[in-house]
Amino acid sequence: MLAFILRRLAQSSFVIGAMLVIVFFGVNVVGDPIWMLVSPDMNQEQIAETARQLGLDRPIWEQFAIFLKNAAQGDLGRSFVHGESAITLILSRMPATLELAFVALAMAIVIGLPLGLYAGLKPDSRISRAIMALSILGFSLPTFWVGLMLILTFAVALGWLPATGRGETVSILGVETSLLTIDGWQHVALPALNLALLKISLVIRLARAGAREAALMDYVKFARAKGLSQRRIIGVHILKNIMIPIVTVLGLEFGSLVAFSVVTETIFAWPGMGRLLLEAITRLDRPVIVAYVMVVVVLFVTINLLVDLVYSALDPRVRLTEATT
Amino acid sequence: MQRFSTIGRRAFQVGLITLPALGFAAAASAQEVRIGISAELSAMDPHYHNLTPNNMIAQQIYEPLVGQDVTQKLTPLLAESWKAIDDTTWEFKLRKNVKFHDGSPFTVDDVLATFQRAPNVPKSPSSFGAYVRGKEFSKVDDHTFRVKTAAPAPLVPTDFSTFGVISAKCKDTTTEEFNAGKCAAGGTGPYKHGEYVAGDRVVLTRNDSYWGAKPIWATARFRIITSSPTRVAALLAGDVDVIENVPTTDVARLKADPKINVASTVSNRVIYFHMDHFRENSPFITAKDGSPIKNPLRDLRVRQALSMAINRPGIVDRIMEKEAIPANQLLPDQFFGTSKKLKPIAFDLNGAKKLLTEAGYPNGFKMKMHGPNGRYLNDTKIIEAVAQMFSRLGIDTEVETLPAGNFFSRASQGAPGNLPEFSFILVGWGAGTGESSDSLKALLATFDREKGMGATNRGRYSNPAFDAKLVEALRTVDDAKRDLALAAAMEIGMNDLGLIPVHYQLNTWATRKGFKFEARTNEYTLATSISKE
Repeated sequence: MLAFILRRLAQSSFVIGAMLVIVFFGVNVVGDPIWMLVSPDMNQEQIAETARQLGLDRPIWEQFAIFLKNAAQGDLGRSFVHGESAITLILSRMPATLELAFVALAMAIVIGLPLGLYAGLKPDSRISRAIMALSILGFSLPTFWVGLMLILTFAVALGWLPATGRGETVSILGVETSLLTIDGWQHVALPALNLALLKISLVIRLARAGAREAALMDYVKFARAKGLSQRRIIGVHILKNIMIPIVTVLGLEFGSLVAFSVVTETIFAWPGMGRLLLEAITRLDRPVIVAYVMVVVVLFVTINLLVDLVYSALDPRVRLTEATT
Repeated sequence: MQRFSTIGRRAFQVGLITLPALGFAAAASAQEVRIGISAELSAMDPHYHNLTPNNMIAQQIYEPLVGQDVTQKLTPLLAESWKAIDDTTWEFKLRKNVKFHDGSPFTVDDVLATFQRAPNVPKSPSSFGAYVRGKEFSKVDDHTFRVKTAAPAPLVPTDFSTFGVISAKCKDTTTEEFNAGKCAAGGTGPYKHGEYVAGDRVVLTRNDSYWGAKPIWATARFRIITSSPTRVAALLAGDVDVIENVPTTDVARLKADPKINVASTVSNRVIYFHMDHFRENSPFITAKDGSPIKNPLRDLRVRQALSMAINRPGIVDRIMEKEAIPANQLLPDQFFGTSKKLKPIAFDLNGAKKLLTEAGYPNGFKMKMHGPNGRYLNDTKIIEAVAQMFSRLGIDTEVETLPAGNFFSRASQGAPGNLPEFSFILVGWGAGTGESSDSLKALLATFDREKGMGATNRGRYSNPAFDAKLVEALRTVDDAKRDLALAAAMEIGMNDLGLIPVHYQLNTWATRKGFKFEARTNEYTLATSISKE
């Protein structure tokens, strides 16, 4: 167990190192950030001076060496644009994104699981077919389009929910959350639904496939023969067995919800870290991009590790020593 | 309110939210205005970053010495008056009885502290140094100071309209502290720092003891909504009362909507083509069969032909949906230092073909144009349309658009020796100073690192006659004479087609009924520009 975790950590640090090099030099290939920073009416000397101040006048390998030296001391650099520590910037925007991701994940389970179960247990009914058709739509419609349609329908035409932004926040243990105010829930509903749509479809499909398979298993037949109620068969025996793959997949999907909510955050003007990343990319704000990628890699590595651990706890047949991939 | 009950009932039916919806964000009170702005600001520090959204917010809290009205003409603000004592000395008289938000009186010492701080903010990505350096300041009395420069500097008052004045108490405040709201009371403006949540919103509150006309709004809430369709939707849904930067595709629809007002005015931003003037052989121009040819863009007749082949009214009508005005110089002619003699450039394909033949290119040539993608309104569509127009002229034109981060880097210094890389590019330029000297100096003056001229001259255009006229203008302190000299320089540069102007963008705002916006040439969305209808 310990050996497994250690090996995992070693692999992860290699991944982080490789990502670092790729991103750092990748941004430089795109362009010199100085042209995205300076005001266009500055003259040559002022541009050169700004580059000097930000260290952009040095050769790229030297910039990288300085970065590594600071990173070793836990400093990932300051945003060129905001002048603040890149990691602080990202962490300050993280609660908003986490909040959105949690609500989206909850929606995926609360909406997707019952629908998927139903479709799996009654595969031939019309409702099931309708559910499956909807899940295909959920997979194939582009997020930005669905987001705009949600805004146009629920905010502009019907006026039920606000179109943009994050609601009132309350501070709990130093973290700002909007999930404790009604205003906050009204604001989070549409973007979370938008973000959840793909995951809902995913859960529907997984639950349906699992339920169809499980319904034919001997233990289900036996339970039925034993005279157990339908509710108990579905709610306990089938559900328990199909949950393992769903939990695994959702665990991994949570990472992508957090890391790639860029589109949803932009459309709904949600002040999360996805928008920060987008802004950083357009302005070539290298420290923020690098720090963001580091945060995301760490996030994924951690989730992967947790999923493996949870998985082995759920299913005794899985031995961690073998799960090296 | 009907909205409350509906949302409570429906929300449960739809199953979207699990908590009973008891209240909705209270409808904005009559004292509050909510504004959707299109770009993120990088800090609340008024001197950290010379960037439009930063300046626009900062100047409502920290007023500059000199103001710019809606057409960017200079107006007295913290400085009541100014005059040139001689060619190299300016005297500014400050307004009396002005108080900072913390109640302390405003004097020359605060101005001098500001001059100390503004050029020296550490790690500034774009500093205000250019407006302060090279000037010597001396205090005459508590409300008078003088500025001494080495060479004649007619633009001193303009320079002082670009950055806000802070209280001397704040001169050591860091950018982070400004962001956190420290020293928030160090300005004199009509609004005070209320709240700043990076990436989300800025809230300004009324300064009840403002020296000028009392501001209308008790609270002005600026929300950052970068996606254009979302900004429009937020206006239609009533999330915000005012939005800036209305996308051209939505202007007609919003104008037809009885619940919406639209306000627009010509902007200081020109969209233009810059072209390779300096290379014998331009990298993206060849003969039609691909063999190398001498750079045809160095021939005036070719440049004229290209300019005449652009159907400007067509672009304005079809692509810009009338949200632009055909251009014939770098700034619309109501601005200071523009030529009133230059005629609109007529669309004349046959004339263009004739000129091209005279220049020795009866069969045209092959050219690749470059432009940024998503940096200016409809930039990709414009460059594609112009490529088609050039094709009709007989020039095989290819288009490559690039992300701004890549484009500007390469267009400025992508070729060996840090030279501009491209042959023919689409770019835009906003004249932040509201007059033409800045544009002429940056775009058309001969590139010269020592003198700080031609910094953005990505075509390396160089014309001694133009340079001489511009230098003369830049040394003329008398406004009327400088206006004429700048106009003359503009005429030289435009008749020689140092660059090819296409159109001036319009700045467009939309408000809900009940609100009115006074449109500005400089893209600033100010709470003081919004009134009740």
